[in-house]
Amino acid sequence: MRRRQLILSVAGVTAAAAGTLALGAWRSNRDQPVSGLPLPLTAMTWRLTDHRGTRVTPADWIGRPAMVFFGFTSCPDVCPTTLIDISGWLEALGKDADRLTVALITVDPERDTPEALADYLAYFDPRIAGYTGSTGDIALIAAEFRARYEKIAQDDDYTMNHTAGVFLFDPDGRFANIIDFHEDRRFAVPKIRRILI
Amino acid sequence: MRNILLGGLAMVLFAGAAQACETVTLGDLSVDHAWSRATIGESRPAVFYVAITNAGTQDDALTGISTPAAAMPMLHETVVADGVASMPHAMSVPVPAGQTTELAPGGYHGMLMQLTSALKEGDSFPVTLIFEKAGEVTVNVEVLSLRAEGPTCDDAS
Repeated sequence: MRRRQLILSVAGVTAAAAGTLALGAWRSNRDQPVSGLPLPLTAMTWRLTDHRGTRVTPADWIGRPAMVFFGFTSCPDVCPTTLIDISGWLEALGKDADRLTVALITVDPERDTPEALADYLAYFDPRIAGYTGSTGDIALIAAEFRARYEKIAQDDDYTMNHTAGVFLFDPDGRFANIIDFHEDRRFAVPKIRRILI
Repeated sequence: MRNILLGGLAMVLFAGAAQACETVTLGDLSVDHAWSRATIGESRPAVFYVAITNAGTQDDALTGISTPAAAMPMLHETVVADGVASMPHAMSVPVPAGQTTELAPGGYHGMLMQLTSALKEGDSFPVTLIFEKAGEVTVNVEVLSLRAEGPTCDDAS
């Protein structure tokens, strides 16, 4: 028992260190494209809350294939377009897609509370879940995904620029592939099938 | 006359089906496929899509939009560069001679910020398009579902 706790705490420290390093890389490279691929889910350390109010960590996603994308719900063009595309892919995959974790990570946690995400996602495929947290929580998961986002002022309002691709992970948490924004269904669906095996 | 009536009302909602398929002309320009998506409440911005065909020999440009449905309507373009999506404000949208210019999902679009009220599926509202050369024309915009990818019109254009 004691030995197991020790292993767990070593793993925790290692994960925290990896997260800190990732965050440091993100901060120092804010004005440049962040190169590189997402970490494996097993090396990620973020903690978020889903649109049902449940706390979620990367460990909760291990064991199932995962499809993850960044966005927000106050943009009239890209956000519905991505969600419509993904709903279409899930429809094409049918029941096979029930095993998939489908995650929208908001880059706009100020406006996208769990309730705001729930209101929005109610209009799309019910297999899509939304995730939010503090601004620090979002900075950490973006860093671990090597994703970028930026708040853009618009008179007395604002919008967000953000990484538009959809990240695919194998059930063991390894990063598998990216689907580009608005990629044709004929290319997107086979990419998803490959992580469903 | 119609424009005066429209302008005199704070918010005009027209009932009626398939208005997005109606064509409105202004000189050599014809405008159709004017549609939007329903919004959840009024705090999130709405979208405006339309197709403009320029049958003339002179290039034109869409320089602005106005509508009683929103206090801050703007033209935007969705641009994906280096995998990052951004929505820069478009000063104008080119409407070249002999071509059809589309404001459509994933590209140019009208962004209607500060809505007067939530847009409900089946409603419609007027948007005035302001062109550099041709002047102004008002179209009725059909509100489709939040999941709509565009209106279904017989002409399929």
